[in-house]
Amino acid sequence: MATVTHDDFDRRQRMRWWAMRITIYSLLIIWAAICLFPIFWTLTTSFKVARNVMQGDILPWLEFTPKWLGWRSLGLSPDTIGNVSTVREEFLKRFYNSAIISVSASALAVMLGSLAAYGLSRFSYRFGFMRNSDISFFFLSQLILPPVVLALPFLVLYKELVLLDTRIGMIAIYTLMVLPIVIWIMRDQFASVPVELEEAALVDGLSIWGGFTRIVVPLVLPGMVAAFILSLVLCWNEYFFAALLTATDAKTLPVMIASQTGSQGINWWSMAALSAAGIIPLVIIGIVLEKHIIKGMTAGAVK
Amino acid sequence: MSMTGDLLHTVDAEDLSAARIRLGRGLVWGAFGLLAALFAVQALFVSQVTSLGFDNWRPVLFGYMLWAIALCVSRVLIYGEQGKKALFVLPAALFVISMVVFPLVFALWISFSDWNLASLTGRRFNGLDNVRQMMADPFYWNAMYNMVLYTAVILVEYAIAFGLALLLNADIAARKFWRVTFLLPLMLSPVAVSWMIGKSMLEVRFGPLAKLARWLGWENPSFFSSPELAKFTIMAMDAWTFIPFMMIMILAGLQAMPKEVLEAAEVDGATPWQRFWEVTFPLMLPVSITAIMIRIIFKLKLADIIINVTSGGPGGATDSVTSFIFREYRDRSNVGYGTLLAIVYLIIIVIFMTLLLKLSERLVRRYTGAG
Repeated sequence: MATVTHDDFDRRQRMRWWAMRITIYSLLIIWAAICLFPIFWTLTTSFKVARNVMQGDILPWLEFTPKWLGWRSLGLSPDTIGNVSTVREEFLKRFYNSAIISVSASALAVMLGSLAAYGLSRFSYRFGFMRNSDISFFFLSQLILPPVVLALPFLVLYKELVLLDTRIGMIAIYTLMVLPIVIWIMRDQFASVPVELEEAALVDGLSIWGGFTRIVVPLVLPGMVAAFILSLVLCWNEYFFAALLTATDAKTLPVMIASQTGSQGINWWSMAALSAAGIIPLVIIGIVLEKHIIKGMTAGAVK
Repeated sequence: MSMTGDLLHTVDAEDLSAARIRLGRGLVWGAFGLLAALFAVQALFVSQVTSLGFDNWRPVLFGYMLWAIALCVSRVLIYGEQGKKALFVLPAALFVISMVVFPLVFALWISFSDWNLASLTGRRFNGLDNVRQMMADPFYWNAMYNMVLYTAVILVEYAIAFGLALLLNADIAARKFWRVTFLLPLMLSPVAVSWMIGKSMLEVRFGPLAKLARWLGWENPSFFSSPELAKFTIMAMDAWTFIPFMMIMILAGLQAMPKEVLEAAEVDGATPWQRFWEVTFPLMLPVSITAIMIRIIFKLKLADIIINVTSGGPGGATDSVTSFIFREYRDRSNVGYGTLLAIVYLIIIVIFMTLLLKLSERLVRRYTGAG
């Protein structure tokens, strides 16, 4: 050890630092490629023609010239956007269904869930033998419930109630699906609001509901947004219930994408365009609202 | 939080008149009477005892909603300020009860019957026939076994997610960019993923992954040919979507970790390896367990990718319980048998999750030394 000079030691430290840097960044780049390549592949495939697909070309402009073929078959390319297109009508209808159903379900779930979470965090209840912790557990335990248990009974019940293939029916199911998650997030949010604030509001003459809407809600609004965005993502992507309970009117985008693969072989470029159109809204949401999504996912997990 | 008394105290010094209380009671019972009457009328009509009734059960649903509203209003009428507190939880509770408890009871009722929705004969009670059929159904138990494998893989996913979280927590440039990039797979719908990766990128002739496999020396890269391989492919695709979820939770845990502890360990001469296993990992255990639990819950619902990529093939090798029941219904439209399978699955899940919760509680207690 005595032979190791100061310079030597210094250089070795620097070498180790550089080795560490290179390892970290190459791992980051590899995983980023794993995450991004499927999205890149879908986007580029939607601009390919049959020959490019068969050859498995990857890089646009270098290996193949982008064509609007896939988007034209959807009626969404620049030269067909003005024309009447039945495929585009169909696509927009599904898109609209997905949007309406997921936004309403998320809004409803955030409303019901926030109220319940607030009540459970501030007052003590007794419904029969059930105390607060039991009621909380009752709500959160819905998360375990696999959709398949409810799917078939709902199929029969909805048929009797004429709710099959309606947007209202889907909104109700999706609200139920995301409600436990909303309650889980909001419980954590309300716990971080000091009770003294509401006590002051009560002293100042507000009712409990007034205190809730005027003092507490503005404070937990970021949490509510996070819960809303997370619910939105889950509802937008839901396939199982939609596949079973919708047929024509209320069919959502995932069901439309899934149903394309079966018929008449696979039309690669139009499938790619359709998938791309289905994921682009979420990719945008993911990039722009990343902070809220992360906030929603980590609520309650880290104390 | 104490169990007795409210966290937020209110002063209730109101005198509710007897008439008001009577009105509240009357409202609930009136609405309930209406609901019961609607139900009775429709039930008798459907069973063809009477000829008077509605086209469908929807009026009964409206009756239920009316009763639910009446119940909410009556809380305020009868209990005043105390009743207003009940209004916070009541809507969600009524919603969940009507959407879960009632269908579950209904599910029990139909699970012991032979009910083909396509045929005109309607529901036929068949006792334990479905149970017998289930016991002898190799595909159902095969799907159950697959679920065990699918769930076990979560440990590998967890290891990868932890690694990624450590990477993101390291001193790196443009952290936000990497975080957003790593998060993206979670945003994509499983249906789109199954097309993008399962159908397109894994396509034997020209999919990029197949090309890569060929370049690496695999003669005939068909990713769904053998049962083991097909299972692995499904696992990988599901992992691709959900690893970001665990990664984000673990990352949040890492960022919340007190820096002093690690610095103290470093001063004491612990190697990075020791620092991870003796300090970081035990401190991260509670977050890890939460992440794994939620991941297991989501994994137990796995179906979309399987339905869309393999439809359970080859020969049921990739079936999850959910996708199996889905196909069982799609192919034979027998609601009764499918529901029984689902109920049995639910029972197994509840037992499994309860055991897991108990086990993890004990694990956390042993590692953190609390209690």
